[in-house]
Amino acid sequence: MGRYRYKILSMDIEDFLEKIKAEFVEDYDLGSLGADDNIKNMDWWSSMHALVIIALIDAEYDIMLEPSEMRNASTVRELFLIVKNKKG
Amino acid sequence: MAFMNISGWKISGVAAAVPRNVEENSDYEHLSSIERKFLIKTTGIERRRVAPKNIVTSDLCEVAANALLDKLKWEREDVDLIIFVSQSPDYYLPATSIILQNKLKLSSNCLAFDIGLGCSGYVYGLSVIASMISAGHLKKALLLVGDVSSSTVSYTDKSTYPLFGDAGTATAIEYDEHATAHFNLKSDGAGHEAIIIRDGALRNMVTKDSFEVKQVSEGISRCALDLELDGLEVYDFSVKRVPVMIKELLDSIDRTAQNYDYFVMHQANKIMNETIRKKIGFSADQTPYSLKNYGNTSSASIPLTICSELNNSLKVGKNRMLLSGFGVGLSWGAVDLELNNCICLPIIEV
Repeated sequence: MGRYRYKILSMDIEDFLEKIKAEFVEDYDLGSLGADDNIKNMDWWSSMHALVIIALIDAEYDIMLEPSEMRNASTVRELFLIVKNKKG
Repeated sequence: MAFMNISGWKISGVAAAVPRNVEENSDYEHLSSIERKFLIKTTGIERRRVAPKNIVTSDLCEVAANALLDKLKWEREDVDLIIFVSQSPDYYLPATSIILQNKLKLSSNCLAFDIGLGCSGYVYGLSVIASMISAGHLKKALLLVGDVSSSTVSYTDKSTYPLFGDAGTATAIEYDEHATAHFNLKSDGAGHEAIIIRDGALRNMVTKDSFEVKQVSEGISRCALDLELDGLEVYDFSVKRVPVMIKELLDSIDRTAQNYDYFVMHQANKIMNETIRKKIGFSADQTPYSLKNYGNTSSASIPLTICSELNNSLKVGKNRMLLSGFGVGLSWGAVDLELNNCICLPIIEV
């Protein structure tokens, strides 16, 4: 059961990561971005990019990230877990 | 919440004036070319009008007001009231509206005062004028709304400089016993630091430290006399609280998005505005934008959008409108009203 649950989480996070990459693919090279990478370390990162992610999560998952959650999350995985926990 | 049903007034005409000078966001050298492209895509802002130093908000409003008075053929001595809504007045004192009363050659019987609001200012201003006109003693009024925000933003602040454009507008309002409008207005000062200029008024008077430019983060450097904008907080406020306020208004008057010809909202940025639009169920056809060519014009954005995008659509017949302004304060509101053969002048360049 534990392994099955890990697979579900694993598939979901890959989908989550791909959705984030898709938002920026026209403008930036995010091919090597992984779930444990901090997208905010990119030298082009700004609050506008944060808004894009917040809007994406709202549209795709019907979850509103709080500004503090966006600020405090370091990696894509941490963002994913916040969304997953809010989804219940 | 401030629900107000106010009868006895109507909008007869709207005019907007902008500086002739255009700045293209594709030329904003503080950002790399890739970042500029991304900025334009996400904000929807390709260019803005930027006033030279010798043009201030009241100058733009004066031009708009003169054009509107001439078009409507209003006698100047018949204007009973002018209200100037802005966060960029001529002086600390006296009130800019009184200076405009003189410049527009209005009667000294004309009431004149300022309201210090930004992005919500047009809707708030309409509510104040409507309240005063509806009593029936005042017959004709001008609502002068605008900002020269470019004077308050730092070129080296990528979170503000490429967003804001300058404009001044005039709206003519007159007594009409058959007309009614419905308002919902709100405020929350707990969010006052989300959009703020810290120094320059009494809380933090100007000192030499006020001019010191500090780097806040990558690509954001400004001094205490420059506008600060917390994009995440403003987005969070706007997409959560504005749709709720609008739904409250629509529920109170038993209307839905389908009852409206147009929804004109404050032009903040494309991501935020589109999120709001979708949450309240308005179609893209119902929702005009002036963001692309004028940017975020603060309090002027609603009347500017009416003039730039709807000036042919509104001049004949009746149109049911939902207008909504939201932002600095935090302050937000909406009004449901009907425009009937409303004169909307094409944009005037100064």
